[in-house]
Amino acid sequence: MSITRRRYPLSIIFSVIGSVLLLFTVFTLLNMVARQVLFDFGGLIDAATDSFVLESIGLTLYASLLSTIFTVLFGTPLAYVLARHDFSGKSLIEAVIDVPVIIPHSVAGIALYVLLMSRSPLGSVFAGIGIVFEDHLAGIVAAMAFVSSSLYINAARDGFQSVDPRLERVARTLGANQWEAFSRVTMPLAVKSLLSGAILSWARGISEFGAVVMIAFYPMIAPVLIYYRFTTMGLKGSQPIAVMLIIICLTVFLLLRLYSERWRRN
Amino acid sequence: MAAKLITFKDVSQDWGTFRLRDVSFTVDEGEYFVILGPTGAGKTLILETIAGFYTPNSGEILLRGRECSDVMPEHRNVGFVYQDYALFPHMTVEENIRFGLEIREIPEQEADKRVESLLEMLNITGLRARYPRNLSGGEQQRVAIARALVIEPDILLLDEPLSALDTRTREALREELKRIHRAQGTTTVHVTHDQTEALLLADRVAVIIDGEMAQIGSPQEVFNTPSSVMVADFLGVDNVIKGNIVENVEGVARVEFNGYRLYATSALGSGEVYAFLRPENIILSKAPIETSARNVLKSTVENVTQLGSIYQIHLNTGLSAVVTHQSVEELELKPGTEIYASFKATAVHLIKH
Repeated sequence: MSITRRRYPLSIIFSVIGSVLLLFTVFTLLNMVARQVLFDFGGLIDAATDSFVLESIGLTLYASLLSTIFTVLFGTPLAYVLARHDFSGKSLIEAVIDVPVIIPHSVAGIALYVLLMSRSPLGSVFAGIGIVFEDHLAGIVAAMAFVSSSLYINAARDGFQSVDPRLERVARTLGANQWEAFSRVTMPLAVKSLLSGAILSWARGISEFGAVVMIAFYPMIAPVLIYYRFTTMGLKGSQPIAVMLIIICLTVFLLLRLYSERWRRN
Repeated sequence: MAAKLITFKDVSQDWGTFRLRDVSFTVDEGEYFVILGPTGAGKTLILETIAGFYTPNSGEILLRGRECSDVMPEHRNVGFVYQDYALFPHMTVEENIRFGLEIREIPEQEADKRVESLLEMLNITGLRARYPRNLSGGEQQRVAIARALVIEPDILLLDEPLSALDTRTREALREELKRIHRAQGTTTVHVTHDQTEALLLADRVAVIIDGEMAQIGSPQEVFNTPSSVMVADFLGVDNVIKGNIVENVEGVARVEFNGYRLYATSALGSGEVYAFLRPENIILSKAPIETSARNVLKSTVENVTQLGSIYQIHLNTGLSAVVTHQSVEELELKPGTEIYASFKATAVHLIKH
């Protein structure tokens, strides 16, 4: 026998009000995709066969992947320290981590540009070892990492926090050193959070425009290309690429989500 | 004399919410040592200090006579069982137990042997492939004990191991702990707020109240002769007598103790028992009085102790009673006074030893 949960009026009212935002998101995206498919399918095919567009989308995914790898490498230890230790200045550090979320990304882009341009002290050091940021892949990756790292660090910190520190202690008494306790107990238990943080950070990187465009107009990542086409060719030139980017991103994230869901269950 | 395995020398430690003040004690090799104290008094922290997760602010902790503040937890060879078991949720029962052996790179053959014998000893062979989330509290506890014992620890640390369990499971596991300790002889430090556990399991009991060592001794010493008002308050002053059931007639057991006998309502038919009797249930009188009390014991006063506003009267039978100041005067209670102690059979509670 199935049990029907009773519904109360307030829950129904809240559900109706709440669905407005949901509809706003879904309808906006669906509307664009539907218009493209129904009224200008040819334009979509053109964009899908334009190697410049494809390379740009590929570059976007690749650059954001590099940014995510960078963030995971440096963000994981930081997240662990924040989850496990209390020290003075901790809340200051946590505020600093969240700063990129609240400052306008064009501002972040200018700040990065000033720091890393070849004429700057730091930029010239990097240039000396062959790493140039202006209008190069490295600049794109740096901008993406700057704006997306907080998403990963916060998710990873929450993940580590959810692992009872006593599990590590038990592991230690059983003979595991700190690294073994971390890698064999804490890490496997937090890895789901780390993974979803990484996916989030990757997605955030792909969607970044403001910070990237300031430091690297070229090579063109997809959001920059879309903006460029919009200003020079209008909707007809930009919308197909936007639709493609949406379809590719949604497909990738859906697959990753499904995959990690299944993995979570096992 | 057995070797001293753990020595606390004037250990003081401040954890903010809880502190230890000049705590000293020793635990002998093979001993079952119970630290008894009120709930939430930081007893877990004492065990975590023994395990090496904290260094005392002052004082010394010695393991086998050696100062050990620089010895990492992984090199102390202690088994730790937490109150809520802390099993690794991503590992099966068998993987949990095997963890310590893998880390220590124990050869597979030896590892298999140890795992099998513990699975068997704790009666969890059938659970080996299950994950902790699919186990009952009692089952998880058995796994946690097996996981701690598999490394053949020098010291087994038990943090309120029975308090999260229902009454029946708790009694069964209490017996199990006793059996395991008899079989393995592992030095055990068990912290609890439960007096019955302390009484039934401990070779020696340490009472820690407000971060201070209030009393240390055999369970009977501690329960029968609390050293201070604080301890008496915490323990609720109880008479605890070890005795033997001689016979049981229609639900009334005859128990012999210290050369005396008492009657207690009980279903137990024979064997060693602990008899609990609250001192306030004992009536003292100069001559045998006409009451329905089944037990009337002619006794001699050994000692009179003032506990706040009341007086505790220690009798030569091993029992003690509490009376008011007025009674002390009227009955002329002082060492050597002959007195009759009366109490009902229903006032005596028997627990199998």
